[in-house]
Amino acid sequence: MSAVEDLFAGTRAEGRAALVGYLPAGYPSVDGSVELLSAMVEGGCDLLEIGVPYSDPVMDGPTIQAAADTALRAGFRLRDVFTVVERVAAAGGRAMVMTYYNPVLRYGVDAFARDFASAGGLGLITPDLIPDEADEWLAASDAHGLDRTFLVAPSSSEERIESTARASRGFLYATSTMGVTGARDAVASAAPELVERCRRHTALAIGVGLGVRSAAQAAEVASFADGVIVGSAFVTAAERAGARGVRDLAAELAAGARGGATVGA
Amino acid sequence: MDVKASDGVAHPSEHDPDERGHFGRYGGRFVPEALIAALDELSVFYQKARADPDFLDELDRLQRDYTGRPSPLTDVPKLGEHAGGARILLKREDLNHTGSHKINNVLGQALLTKRMGKKRVIAETGAGQHGVATATACALLGLECVVYMGEVDTERQALNVARMRLLGATVIPVKTGSRTLKDAINEALRDWVTNVDETHYLLGTVAGPHPFPAMVRDFHRVIGMEARAQVLERVGRLPDAVAACVGGGSNAIGIFHAFIDDPGVRLVGFEPGGDGVETGRHGATLSEGSPGALHGAMSYLLQDEDGQTAESHSISAGLDYPGVGPEHALLKDLGRAEYTPVTDAEAMEAFALLCRTEGIIPAIESAHAIAGALRLGRELGPDAVILVNLSGRGDKDVDTAARWFGMIEGESAAEASGTAIAESDLSRGPTQDEPSPAGADTGAVQR
Repeated sequence: MSAVEDLFAGTRAEGRAALVGYLPAGYPSVDGSVELLSAMVEGGCDLLEIGVPYSDPVMDGPTIQAAADTALRAGFRLRDVFTVVERVAAAGGRAMVMTYYNPVLRYGVDAFARDFASAGGLGLITPDLIPDEADEWLAASDAHGLDRTFLVAPSSSEERIESTARASRGFLYATSTMGVTGARDAVASAAPELVERCRRHTALAIGVGLGVRSAAQAAEVASFADGVIVGSAFVTAAERAGARGVRDLAAELAAGARGGATVGA
Repeated sequence: MDVKASDGVAHPSEHDPDERGHFGRYGGRFVPEALIAALDELSVFYQKARADPDFLDELDRLQRDYTGRPSPLTDVPKLGEHAGGARILLKREDLNHTGSHKINNVLGQALLTKRMGKKRVIAETGAGQHGVATATACALLGLECVVYMGEVDTERQALNVARMRLLGATVIPVKTGSRTLKDAINEALRDWVTNVDETHYLLGTVAGPHPFPAMVRDFHRVIGMEARAQVLERVGRLPDAVAACVGGGSNAIGIFHAFIDDPGVRLVGFEPGGDGVETGRHGATLSEGSPGALHGAMSYLLQDEDGQTAESHSISAGLDYPGVGPEHALLKDLGRAEYTPVTDAEAMEAFALLCRTEGIIPAIESAHAIAGALRLGRELGPDAVILVNLSGRGDKDVDTAARWFGMIEGESAAEASGTAIAESDLSRGPTQDEPSPAGADTGAVQR
């Protein structure tokens, strides 16, 4: 069982969903991002999704775009992501990295996998890489013992859910709605149906992301999925109140993910 | 000449990508999974349509009666005198309705949109030519039209913004990133992933995820098919070289494709050299870039050592793009086509020369190809026959050119920055009645 599968087996055994929290590496600075990510772990994030800031993030809405832009302007370099992962892992955080594919390609797919694994990273989430195009990454992740999370969407056919789940390891990422990242008031009605369709094809844990920002929404997602993925809301919390803000939000969402739907949003 | 506008669609190319859209190692689909269903749907509808006589007839009818195809081939002997005496022939895509080659692809995709039952069309645009063509087709076919355009481009191509709005389109200035074509594509992709059920993304060049590179190319193959027949009829032999400008690469692939299997015909793409590639301020993706994935396809791109996309620079909004279509990447690697940069200054010199020698105001994009033809002619000599794709007309660029050449009162050329000018400046008109400094003889005016 892989490290991430192990993590989800644990939260399942506890009868709850895992809380997966996203923030970009290097936001607002390399040191600052380590501090924020550590605060997310303290607040109750089970798994960190560390974003690689990228110039052309087509899956991201304005909140995460702006954070990535801040990181790049502050001088973020790709190799910094290994530093961040290493420091967060040393502090007890379990970290995956979410990255668009081109930075990985440019670094060298196998070299990236090697350096990421040696920094203590667990796997990659790849929003613009589908398994059909991922031969090099499939080989590198096998060679370096990394998990790999591909995405499925409400528009995915049964065949594509099947093939995407088969290529994934760790967990499968179900995008709750057709769209880009960003906090929304309501969890899309497409999400439960998509998770149910995924279950017919895979025993992998299924995380649901896009649009979750409150404990009530986390509880709702936790009622049908194995992982609650929150991104933009953490960026907003960091903007407003720094480490304390993300720690508080993590605690609130973690309560939701435990099924504590009564916790106020 | 018995070339039909739909021939490039009806008759599959010998140079098609594999079934997943790979041209060698390039192309493919580097997009969010959420878009795969729409891309598959588009592939299916395109394959059905190209075998459907009704679709082909409708495309032919529109291309003849609406676009004005076939576009003429024009001998330009006075320009040729500046090109070592070579015979230069211009394929006049500038005379198409809406003023560029872009309409070829737009009509095809707009007809497909209707067939798919979608009512809303989105598009990106750089110079505005693709946006204008898309707005035009949407007006004609009763489709809602939203065009994303970088804020920088809305300023330097203000005339085309007005044209799109007159045609009923909504133009959304994009304020993220470099605020040019690259960012307009990002925003269009975000819109598409959100609204894909009812929306078709009418991509304007031979880039993007499969099936766009091959499909958009097929809609433009008519350019080369017509030109090949026209040159054979006019000259009695094939040209020695074919020249085209390359931003995303749609007009170039459109004219190149008919000559790929003619080994005696050089295919030369001229990329935006901006201030000169040595300055780093350029958009010469194939000449200076490296392989990577951007906007849905593997191809060459301008990037830094971390894989962050570099900002491109060009006086030509339509060429100001750090990526390029994947089939060009393959043609480059195979050595079948050559790609080389032309600076802003060299393009503007050629722009002025074509205006004055032949009475044709080219789009600044196409002026890069004219500059390239001048180089080729000087290299190949007076017996050479050079076919140039004059992909668009320069009405939209009059403001930029007037500034470049210092023709606007109260502004020196040195201040020219490609920004929009106030109406009061326009109404004052040119400041000089004497021959302007615009010309090859006097050299290009420096910015």
